[in-house]
Amino acid sequence: MKAFLMYKDRDFDLQRRLPLNKQALTQDLGLDTLFNAMSLGDKFLFEVAEKAVLTGLNDDLETILYRQHILMDCLKNSSIVRNIYDIAIESIESRKKSWGYFSKYLPAVLSGSIEVLQILVDMLKKLKNIADEHNDKFESEGFTAFFSMLKRELSDEYFASVQNHLIELKFPNGVLISAALGKGNKGTNYILRKSQDKKQSWIKRIFTKPPGYTFYISDRDESGAKALSELHDRGINLVANALAQSADHIVSFFSMLRTELAFYVGCLNLHGRLAQKGEPMSFPLPIAPGERKHSFNGLYDVCLALSLEQRVVGNDVNADNKDLMIITGANQGGKTTFLRSIGLSQLMMQCGMFAPAESFSSNVCDGLFSHYKREEDTTMKSGKLDEELSRMSNIVDNITSNSMLLFNESFAATNEREGSEIAGQITSALLEKRIKVFFVTHLYEFAHGFYDKKMENVIFLRAERQSDGKRTFKLIEGEPLQTSYGEDLYNRIFGNAC
Amino acid sequence: MINNKQGVFPMNFHSILFKNEDSITEEKHEAPVFFVDLNLDQIIDAITIGKQEYNLKPFFYSSLNDIDAIEYRHEIMQDLEDKALFENIKSFAQKMRTMREHLAQADKLHYKYQKESWFLDAVEIYCDAVNCLVHNLDIADLKSRGFLAFHEYLRNYANSDGFTLLLTETKKIKADLSTIKYWLIIRDNSVTVRKYGSEIDYSADVEETFEKFKQGAVKDYRAEFSDRTEMNHVEAKILDFVAQLYPDIFLNLDDYYRKNANYLDETIGIFDREIQFYIAYLEYVTLFKRVGLKFCYPQIFNKDKEVYDYEAFDLALAYKLIMEKSSVVCNDFYLKDMERIFVVSGPNQGGKTTFARAFGQLHYLASIGCPVPGREAQLFLCDNLFTHFEKEENIKDLRGKLEDDLVRIYNILTQATSNSVVIINEILTSTTLKDAVFLSKKVMEKIIQLDLLCVWVTFVDELASFSEKTVSMVSTVVPENPALRTYKIVRRPADGVSYAISIAEKYRLTYDRLKERIKS
Repeated sequence: MKAFLMYKDRDFDLQRRLPLNKQALTQDLGLDTLFNAMSLGDKFLFEVAEKAVLTGLNDDLETILYRQHILMDCLKNSSIVRNIYDIAIESIESRKKSWGYFSKYLPAVLSGSIEVLQILVDMLKKLKNIADEHNDKFESEGFTAFFSMLKRELSDEYFASVQNHLIELKFPNGVLISAALGKGNKGTNYILRKSQDKKQSWIKRIFTKPPGYTFYISDRDESGAKALSELHDRGINLVANALAQSADHIVSFFSMLRTELAFYVGCLNLHGRLAQKGEPMSFPLPIAPGERKHSFNGLYDVCLALSLEQRVVGNDVNADNKDLMIITGANQGGKTTFLRSIGLSQLMMQCGMFAPAESFSSNVCDGLFSHYKREEDTTMKSGKLDEELSRMSNIVDNITSNSMLLFNESFAATNEREGSEIAGQITSALLEKRIKVFFVTHLYEFAHGFYDKKMENVIFLRAERQSDGKRTFKLIEGEPLQTSYGEDLYNRIFGNAC
Repeated sequence: MINNKQGVFPMNFHSILFKNEDSITEEKHEAPVFFVDLNLDQIIDAITIGKQEYNLKPFFYSSLNDIDAIEYRHEIMQDLEDKALFENIKSFAQKMRTMREHLAQADKLHYKYQKESWFLDAVEIYCDAVNCLVHNLDIADLKSRGFLAFHEYLRNYANSDGFTLLLTETKKIKADLSTIKYWLIIRDNSVTVRKYGSEIDYSADVEETFEKFKQGAVKDYRAEFSDRTEMNHVEAKILDFVAQLYPDIFLNLDDYYRKNANYLDETIGIFDREIQFYIAYLEYVTLFKRVGLKFCYPQIFNKDKEVYDYEAFDLALAYKLIMEKSSVVCNDFYLKDMERIFVVSGPNQGGKTTFARAFGQLHYLASIGCPVPGREAQLFLCDNLFTHFEKEENIKDLRGKLEDDLVRIYNILTQATSNSVVIINEILTSTTLKDAVFLSKKVMEKIIQLDLLCVWVTFVDELASFSEKTVSMVSTVVPENPALRTYKIVRRPADGVSYAISIAEKYRLTYDRLKERIKS
């Protein structure tokens, strides 16, 4: 029995390794803000959100659509979904109620398991009732399959046969064990046996045949009693294990259900928050990784939106058929925010979430990497350029075609000519390897060098600056300019005193 | 339990270590005196570690004085370099070890049927060990005199009536015992034992009911039962009842146990120990080969004093470095024509002592018939090896130390013959340079007179060019950074003394390199 609410045909693996550049992405895109909005302080929701968002890069187009549909169902039926989520949590908690279950004393393991199974069976019944009652309100493939699985597997007859086992396994008539001779002629291979004949109990059958050899342990023989109870334990060992494991399996079923629903609960939380602010959201249209598509209206930085009271500025760009986007222009003009919105929207789309935009469509990428200018290295181990290049080299070790790479003011730790040369060589090689590059830069030689080549697959954006020096935080298409208006900034900070 | 009743076969096999009975020497239990100076004690410890049960050290304490005796071992060692044969011998050894453990266990047990069962298993393992080994030697491409003779011996033994009968009886009783199955019915304080009739496996039945929930790995709740080898009285009682249910099988077992007490062949027992000399050494060698270091079978002479070894190294140091995952520096050396003495000088911590030790190790290991470090080597079979290494520093007693130095070197020079090898490491340091030069020259004259092969590590540069018999070797440093040691010892007279793109290149981030690096 599987919930299969994240993938059509497999579990969502919470142990799956996050991408190696997880830390850089989290820092550069401000992902913790996003995860916090999804989890509302719940550690587990945070963990699932992080895993789902960061591992989404490895999932295919079909999975994205599969989750989008489930998420649409969740938005429609949010209280039912949260109810199922609560049942899952309650079931997982039930295991903690029985001490015997964790005991090393085998008969206690057995009776504890019976107790826990009793509770779990009741939970399964509850779940089954929800399925019976509400299945017609859900349309997605995922939920439909989940509900019909519950119906199929959890019939009334099945519940009855489980109940039967739970009674018989208390062994009112003693135990029947088969054994053979092992190493050193010691008994081995103790297996608990159950009579095939339902009408006549095995006890009766054995005593109607000529008996074998019987002996009794006297009341005073303590070590004998201990030896006997060990034999008894060997007999019930496997069945106690099977039962305890079955309880575990049912708990894992609920755990997986909880984990998978946690992602959607996180999405519901985020959706609620953004809707409250009146920010637009839409389900994005993912395109195959081999194609080049990136077009959107009103795309905003979701993390900025979550941390500001007022609504934030969105951008409209059509970068279809482009492999390289070079973003230049005014300081404090929204370049970094824009770059972050590119990264965030890509991650959100690829894990099956809605996009922070009025409309959004882009090609799926196989990996997302970021290379941002960092603070000076304080360990004195290497110079700043050394540090940047070494990070770049790590990225190169892991990047593949159809990945996406976000540069933010990279390779500026040397003079402009050399920086441009390095940036140029690296960017050219990346493009030839079909890697989609977004490059925020002040390196004029580098940016303009590409502009002069008049390549079809390159688009240039510029942070807008009105003639009075004011920023609109909007990006417009345009040729790289030689100054980034640092003078403006200088003047603003130092005033006109000079 | 050792016998050689079966000693009716051609007895031309004597020992896998010694080519004939004359060459078998009494086992020494003390290491030669120079072991500590040359770190041979560490080497032999590392070789024999985990093989204490064989008591192999005496084999490493006695050198051979005959070139053919060395050759006899080389041949066997070379046969064993065949991976398959090597593994087969190891698996034979493992079986013999398991057999011994079983016998020891049988000795310890009280209940008769249990004791007999362990004994039965021991014999079964032994028969299997012998048969496998015969088979494995049949298919091996043996070339050594030692293995060929042993193979012959073993084949005859395995075909003997005594052995084949032992094998058949063992199999029969094992098979009979394994057919036994019984029922236990435990109810309150009673146990009933009966012959077995088939019923449903209840655990499987329960598992099947809950099968649909299976989600991957879960905790194992099975209780661990201490699998004591001994039985408690309840188990013993049950076993007695089982024996009554199957009386014939257990009578046969009693009889077998009485008859076969002396089943083990003595020659095979000795082979099992002696072959470990080779196994231990080859396993040790593998550690070094794995990191690219080389070993070779040296040419050995007992007249010609021209010696050489290319890519030699100190085994004790190399072992330590490999454990630390550091790299090992190899050195070349040769002495030709009149040359007899290496005078090693140069910067401290540059590998001088290591070089001297390696020279001694090579000659000793060669003399016990082992392959030695190096790509290609020719070594001298000496009658004795002498070392003179500085003893623990003792500041209080300067005069005593110089005196002690001289007494020791005197003793060495009186015992040494012209066929000895002498290794001297930094002696006569406890005096003025002038004295040291004077005394060193005196000692050197003696060494030359005796025509000794010698390595002498010294700070006295004058010794390096003392005569045509001396060869100067110098430890070296990296020219640009004298603080870096290379640990290379070379034959040389003693001398008493923009950048951004290039960083990108360093990180392999230029256009061309990137195109190679990024996977499509």
